[in-house]
Amino acid sequence: MLLMTGLRCATRRTHNMPQSARRCRCGSLSERFSCTSLFFDDWNLNLTLSEDDTAIRILVVDEDPIRRAIIEEGLKEAGYSNVVALATTLRLVDHIYRLDPDVILMDFGNPSRDVLDQMFQVSRIVRRPIAMFVDHNERGTISAAVDAGVSAYIVDGLKKERVSAIIEMTISRFRATDKLRAELDQAKSALKDRKVIDRAKGILMKSKNLNEDQAYKLLRQTAMRQSRKIADVAEGLLSTIDLLEPPESSE
Amino acid sequence: MTSNLQASVDRAPTEIHAGFIPLTDCAPLVVAKELGFDAAHGIRLQLHKEISWANIRDKAEAGLLDCAIMLAPMPLASTLGLGGRPPVPMIAAMATSLNGNAITVSRALYEDMTEADPANASAGGIASAISLARVVEKRRAAGEEALTLGMVYPFSSHNYDLRYWLASAGVDPDNDINLVVVPPPLIAGSLKSGRIDGFCVGEPWNSVAVCEGSGVIVATKAELWAASPEKVLGMRADFANNNPDDVQRLIGALSDACAWLDDPTNRPVAAEILSRIDYVGIPLDILYMALSNTLMRPAEHRSSDTIIFSKNGANFPWVSHATWMLTQIIRWGQMRAPFDITAVARAVYRADLYRAAMSGKTNATAHSSDSKTEGDGMFFGNDVFDPNEPIAYLQTLPMRDMRVDLAAFNAARS
Repeated sequence: MLLMTGLRCATRRTHNMPQSARRCRCGSLSERFSCTSLFFDDWNLNLTLSEDDTAIRILVVDEDPIRRAIIEEGLKEAGYSNVVALATTLRLVDHIYRLDPDVILMDFGNPSRDVLDQMFQVSRIVRRPIAMFVDHNERGTISAAVDAGVSAYIVDGLKKERVSAIIEMTISRFRATDKLRAELDQAKSALKDRKVIDRAKGILMKSKNLNEDQAYKLLRQTAMRQSRKIADVAEGLLSTIDLLEPPESSE
Repeated sequence: MTSNLQASVDRAPTEIHAGFIPLTDCAPLVVAKELGFDAAHGIRLQLHKEISWANIRDKAEAGLLDCAIMLAPMPLASTLGLGGRPPVPMIAAMATSLNGNAITVSRALYEDMTEADPANASAGGIASAISLARVVEKRRAAGEEALTLGMVYPFSSHNYDLRYWLASAGVDPDNDINLVVVPPPLIAGSLKSGRIDGFCVGEPWNSVAVCEGSGVIVATKAELWAASPEKVLGMRADFANNNPDDVQRLIGALSDACAWLDDPTNRPVAAEILSRIDYVGIPLDILYMALSNTLMRPAEHRSSDTIIFSKNGANFPWVSHATWMLTQIIRWGQMRAPFDITAVARAVYRADLYRAAMSGKTNATAHSSDSKTEGDGMFFGNDVFDPNEPIAYLQTLPMRDMRVDLAAFNAARS
């Protein structure tokens, strides 16, 4: 939910959203989520798409629900209305046959990329031959795509220029998702550290009769002496206490 | 050359980014890093575990990986630009393992094979295909659906071995069978759920299927072709050209790792290292089956040379291995535009690089000739492959893509 809120702030749009996510709560999260910095300038594509372009059928295959949503939404916002997003790669070839997409976007974390490689060899499986998007003249785009972990496959005959914009947007959203996730992980771990330190302080205050400042100082001194993080010292203390104290009865 | 390299040990070790797929035969890279063969040769390996062969290819082509343990045909496929891609010259600097694959069928299919032809079903090796052919025939006569077999990548020894095995018994892999790609980590599960009826894959995935009770190993790669090509150290040709010293160090480190791996007394340790989650992440007793030649097989099969890392000059990148793989690329129509088979084989399989890296070493394992004839009853039954006559060999094979103009390939030969 936090993620979706952050996302919405960046896109500066609030409609078509689940009720619970509608209100921008970025103020309360400003320490951890500076919403505008999360995304690249090309987040909102300024494309003039012809009707033909918007009709391009795009299949997104990504097991990561957050990234899948981000990509799907980006494509729809850019005007591509024919987008299907799949989580599963079970019966991938069947899906491709049924949906007959012009473009397939798949992340590098998906082992089924090898299945698509086979499809290029045996094109009779699908209606139209599909090939990985590789352009002699755009080695840069391809390197960027590989680096970001995006692969794109296009049907035979589709002009590469028509696909470049789709791929570039997907790359930037992949990167944005990575950044978003890194920040979320950082926030989570900071929150966890604080909880652990608070509990350790409480134990020290009680057992050594210290005030909160003194308890924190003691943790900090120990951490400096042992060249460890305060949270690690606190964690060590808590696990020792857990060992010494009899488990609480659940009855 | 070697002494130069040793003299320069004071320099900071070069960092080399190397990719691998979690399989038993990723061991040379893993062992080189874990046991410090890399540092001993003045390099520092940074290993990257990848989930698909397409990732390995794309990252190596884009320069995000300096090198990788690749399927033996992959550097050839990239160089030729197979699969509708722009050609990217790649090389194989050495072989990192031989054999290591097996053909496994579902219990149900094995029962059908046994019922149709008990002797051949349990014979192992190439003969087991005859019993499969009987089942294929029976199913066709009964109007049943064609069998579905899995392999892991179009440009792999798995694909070529499985196709060779099928075709040897008259089964057309493109028309009598649904041949599908299934990623290794999903292949045992696909067999269990009945989505496929059998597969050809590298260890430990055959043993995983056997241990789960869903599969029976009917043939090992060693039985089909003794000491046959499987994995190589692949890299972009320009990386090899621009970093000749590092490539020599890399060959040295991996050769030492391979020699260590071929000592049976080291293999329990190898199994333990590979079982770690950073590497293959499969229980060590399952990994140890292939490493100790104790695959669980029906009847009295005693597997040998299930996987070879070093012995008898196994690391030598035979140009004739490349030539054979090119014949299979042509045989199955993966490349129809004529090219010079021998020239491509020589450009990609760099026997010269390996020989240079090994010169002066006490454990030197380079062969003096670049090519060898396969046969002596150890090459797909009694077949013979003469690397000097690849087109004549193709003409003797029982099945191939007839759209390919062999005369044009012959004309393109230098």
